[in-house]
Amino acid sequence: MTGFLLRRLGGAVFVLLSLTVILYAVFYVAPGDVAQIACGPRCSPAQVAQVTEQLRLDDPVYTQYGHFLQGIVAGRDFSTGTGVDHCSAPCLGVSYQSDQQVMRLILTKLPVTGSLVVGAFVCWILLGVGTGVLSVWRRGRITERLLTWLTLAGTATPVFVIGLLLIIVFCSTLQWLPSPTYVPFTEDPEQWAWGLLLPWVSLALIESAKYARLTRSSMLETLAEDHVRTFRAYGVGERAVIGRHALRGAVAPVIALSALDFGSMFGGAVLTESLFGIPGLGRELVHAVKVVDLPVVVGMVLVTGFFVVLANAVADMLYALADRRVVLS
Amino acid sequence: MSEALLVQEAGAAPLAAPASGARQFWRRLRAQRAATAAAAVVLLLFLAALAAPLLAALAGQDPDTFHPELVDSAAGGVPRGSFGGIGADHWLGVEPQTGRDLFARIVHGARVSLGVAVAATLLQVTIGVVVGLAAALGNRRLDQILSRITDINVALPLMVIALGLLAVVPPSFPRPVLIALVIGGINWAGTSKIVRAQALALKTLDFVSAARLSGRGRWSIARRELLPSLAAPVITYAALLFPVNITVEAALSFLGVGIKPPTPSWGQMLTEADTWYQSAPTYLLLPAGLLFVTVLSLTVLGEGVRTALDPRAASRLSIGTGREGRTKEQAS
Amino acid sequence: MTTPLVQVEDLTVDFGDVRAVDGLSFTLEAGAALGVVGESGSGKSASASALLGLHRGTGARVTGTVRVAGTDVGAADEAELRALRGAKAAMVFQDPLSSLDPYYTVGDQIAEVYRVHNRVSRRAARARAVEVLDRVGIPEAVRRSRSRPHEFSGGMRQRALIAMALACEPRLIVADEPTTALDVTVQAQILDLLHDLRRETGTALLLVTHDVGVAAESVDEVLVMQHGRAVERGPVAEVLGAPRQPYTRELLASVPRVDARRPAGPVPGPRAAAPETGPLLEALGLRREFGRGSSRVTAVDDVSLTVHAGETLGIVGESGSGKTTLGRMLVRLDDPTGGRLRYGGREIGSLPEKALRPFRRELQMVFQDPVASLNPRRSVGESVADPLRAAGETDETRIRDRVSGLLERVGLDAGRYERYPHEFSGGQRQRIGIARVLAADPKLIVCDEPVSALDVTTQAQVIALLGELQRELGIGLVFIAHDLAVVRQVSDRVAVMRQGRIVEQGAVDEVYGSPQDAYTKQLLAAVPTLDPARAAARRAARSELAVA
Repeated sequence: MTGFLLRRLGGAVFVLLSLTVILYAVFYVAPGDVAQIACGPRCSPAQVAQVTEQLRLDDPVYTQYGHFLQGIVAGRDFSTGTGVDHCSAPCLGVSYQSDQQVMRLILTKLPVTGSLVVGAFVCWILLGVGTGVLSVWRRGRITERLLTWLTLAGTATPVFVIGLLLIIVFCSTLQWLPSPTYVPFTEDPEQWAWGLLLPWVSLALIESAKYARLTRSSMLETLAEDHVRTFRAYGVGERAVIGRHALRGAVAPVIALSALDFGSMFGGAVLTESLFGIPGLGRELVHAVKVVDLPVVVGMVLVTGFFVVLANAVADMLYALADRRVVLS
Repeated sequence: MSEALLVQEAGAAPLAAPASGARQFWRRLRAQRAATAAAAVVLLLFLAALAAPLLAALAGQDPDTFHPELVDSAAGGVPRGSFGGIGADHWLGVEPQTGRDLFARIVHGARVSLGVAVAATLLQVTIGVVVGLAAALGNRRLDQILSRITDINVALPLMVIALGLLAVVPPSFPRPVLIALVIGGINWAGTSKIVRAQALALKTLDFVSAARLSGRGRWSIARRELLPSLAAPVITYAALLFPVNITVEAALSFLGVGIKPPTPSWGQMLTEADTWYQSAPTYLLLPAGLLFVTVLSLTVLGEGVRTALDPRAASRLSIGTGREGRTKEQAS
Repeated sequence: MTTPLVQVEDLTVDFGDVRAVDGLSFTLEAGAALGVVGESGSGKSASASALLGLHRGTGARVTGTVRVAGTDVGAADEAELRALRGAKAAMVFQDPLSSLDPYYTVGDQIAEVYRVHNRVSRRAARARAVEVLDRVGIPEAVRRSRSRPHEFSGGMRQRALIAMALACEPRLIVADEPTTALDVTVQAQILDLLHDLRRETGTALLLVTHDVGVAAESVDEVLVMQHGRAVERGPVAEVLGAPRQPYTRELLASVPRVDARRPAGPVPGPRAAAPETGPLLEALGLRREFGRGSSRVTAVDDVSLTVHAGETLGIVGESGSGKTTLGRMLVRLDDPTGGRLRYGGREIGSLPEKALRPFRRELQMVFQDPVASLNPRRSVGESVADPLRAAGETDETRIRDRVSGLLERVGLDAGRYERYPHEFSGGQRQRIGIARVLAADPKLIVCDEPVSALDVTTQAQVIALLGELQRELGIGLVFIAHDLAVVRQVSDRVAVMRQGRIVEQGAVDEVYGSPQDAYTKQLLAAVPTLDPARAAARRAARSELAVA
């Protein structure tokens, strides 16, 4: 197990490093004058020159990349208008727009996205696996067909469509719920939950469909296998066959997919956050993209990439633990 | 691990159902009612998209002309007339604030949305097949390098990278092409993993060894023995990728970083839809509904394709309903 | 007059429009042992499954009456059926690896089954599990009960399945091909185990098998089935010694015997052409290793042998002996990691692929699995034509003619050129594989378990075909198999392999008649005999050897 972890760690570092190279190449070397973009369309040439100097954009590419890496490892110094600001490791740069350190920015937004993702995760796992088990338990009957179509519709609906519908129905028309807002858990747990309820439900409805289908197909595959036949031949009742043996076959794939989704959603709950106005990483990123705040964009992509790589490794490990036949490689 | 999930998705085993060619496939596909209905819907949509300018001309409208007289600017730009201005002139009404004809915009939007998705899917499949085959057939060093590259690709968070890239590239580059390139270039890892897993499994089968003994070279074997058996899972996976790509493009446009106005796209029309749902509900319902119907039909069609290509796997999945009979294999 | 334990009257089982069992009737007394023997498609497995009502809910149509231990299986409701399964009648399935749940420990699975039929605590159930595991001869039963199925060896797994069957003390054990997936030495152990258990507990046994020898060793009576019908029934000695029905006679005639070589036509002189020309293929100290460092495995270890034109070398060994790896190395499908290989005097062991090309077609292989040996997406004619096309032949008419000729030579209808593999039976697919091999005009053919997946009668036909072709074309043949009787029948010389090494080699009559090596002796002692009278004596001999 330790060998596996070490190897994955090494692989992860390699992947992240490559990620930084790609990002750097794309963003800083891409067509267009970076300084101009950073400064904004209304800047005068003199201001652009100032920005160029500040950001050391005149240095050759590899030097700039070197500074970037150095910042991540050991911290960097930035010259502001008035003096020198030290940005401690891991330093992802300073926002063009707000002069705030990117890392700090990310850390403040992290709990927000975290609340959204964790809450939705719990909902969609319960709903998804439950629906899957139900459709297998009641297979051959109307319930199963209904659930099959529902889950199909769920996978086909984009999250912002469902979100829009929910907002329209519950907030504007029926006015049962307040408009979704984010209230930190530490401030008011109850409001925190109410404010996030609609986003959780939207995400849960969509994601659970995927899990319902995965649970169902895994369980059905397991049910067709020989060992289930053995237990049926020994008089084990249908409930135990489904609950103990068939369900076990779905555990490994569900865990693996969960880990992957969890990881990728940390940076990618972009749509939900934008739609519901939750001030998390996703919404920040969209904003940064619109105003072309490059350090924020690069920093966020890096952090997100880190989560995805981590999630992949965890998923592999959990899958192997759940299914002892699989050999870690 | 994720290979196992993907291969399950693509529903194909190396020694899958008897081939007997295209005719069997079509017959099996036609036998499924849901898939046939879905296929009809998809065909209709594609035709509408292809014939967009023609249809718009039929309606006597085009997607770009502003008609400010049809909206009540005093009321914030609400279209005059009921149901968002539906009438003989404008079959589906007009867009709020700009007064552009909705029918024409929707039909052209179909063209953009479907076109981008097709291009992205083709790109993903091509890259995936090439990388997957090379990894499975080459030597270990090549396999390791390609696997690393695939890992990096998996680690690229699609939305985020797409957002980033779209911000940087200058607007002179044609937007739909750019989006197709971005989506296609980021999401090919799934296809390559499937192709690699399948090719590796096929490589061990005896008929491939027999081809070696016949004196065939490696590439000849790949072409003659492996590719035909790879077609099924690749097609299935592509059929499932396609609706995903439509959704991704719609999401990007919805966020405002995808297709930029004035080019219409369904996702883009939803950006402002939440403001207009009361006064001009058609403006929200039409693109949302069409998106839903398109993605749903494509998904159902994809499932139908998977079943038609590999009925044995599909019937395994439906086992236990007690309605299907076992095959002759059980009769011994 | 006691009622029989099992009463089957006019049983019919239909799967769609295929009739698997056609009006079968038989009885089985308590404590008796009945062997149901038949080839594939005979309906034996379907009949066995019907005894526990396993067809219910699968879409099969079952008519007739089946009464087991007082329960009418057809008319029983769910609860009665569940009470029957496992407690009154228990089934032992064929493949123990797939028949056990891979996620739970063996002890837990047996305990689960026990608790279905007995209201006891979990601890008591687990204790029972350990008890039965011990009874079937699994050492360290307590520790082993906490292991998962894939951590057991094949024989141990089958014992565990038998233990599960014993747990609730059923009156009938139905065993469906319980030893087919096992090596011959392990098979003997399992059959001995079943025999002992029966003596101890007085359980009745219904053993389904395609292997007549297995039936001879372990049951009192035999029922022969064909096409879903009963052909003959009687005490083992009678049915096997003096069969009355023509099918039974044909079946028994096709069974290869390990004790006497069957002459198949004029006895060929194996060295008739050879001595002046030298050996066709020579292996000197061949080695094959897999893996690196601590996980290094030596599959083939210092193997030397020769094959001459016109003769058959048999290679016999159990699973893990390395015979398949050796076979693949002989035709250079696998590259040896050590040693030399000479073909026609030339060194080919370490030739790169390009230099090997001209020899490729002369060294051919017939594969074991008829399903995997033909590309399912290509017509059989095209598969057979492949070596011709690869050689550069482009004239379609010539190709067509040659392929048609080959198909007929192997006993198939040339008109089925365009058909796909799945439309043929296993035996026919093997013939197609042979036709493809012939299309390459080979000098040496390595056959890797070519008949293991086939029925006994089909087996005999394919072996006869190979013999004919060898005599006609004078090719050298290497016949690899685990079935000692089959190898005896076809080979001129034989090599016995164990764990990568050759333990004994020589003329077939010598090796089989007076084996020198202990392992060879053990192998020969484990082969089931068709004479039940000798079975008991051999059983005793086996228990002596096992101690050694």
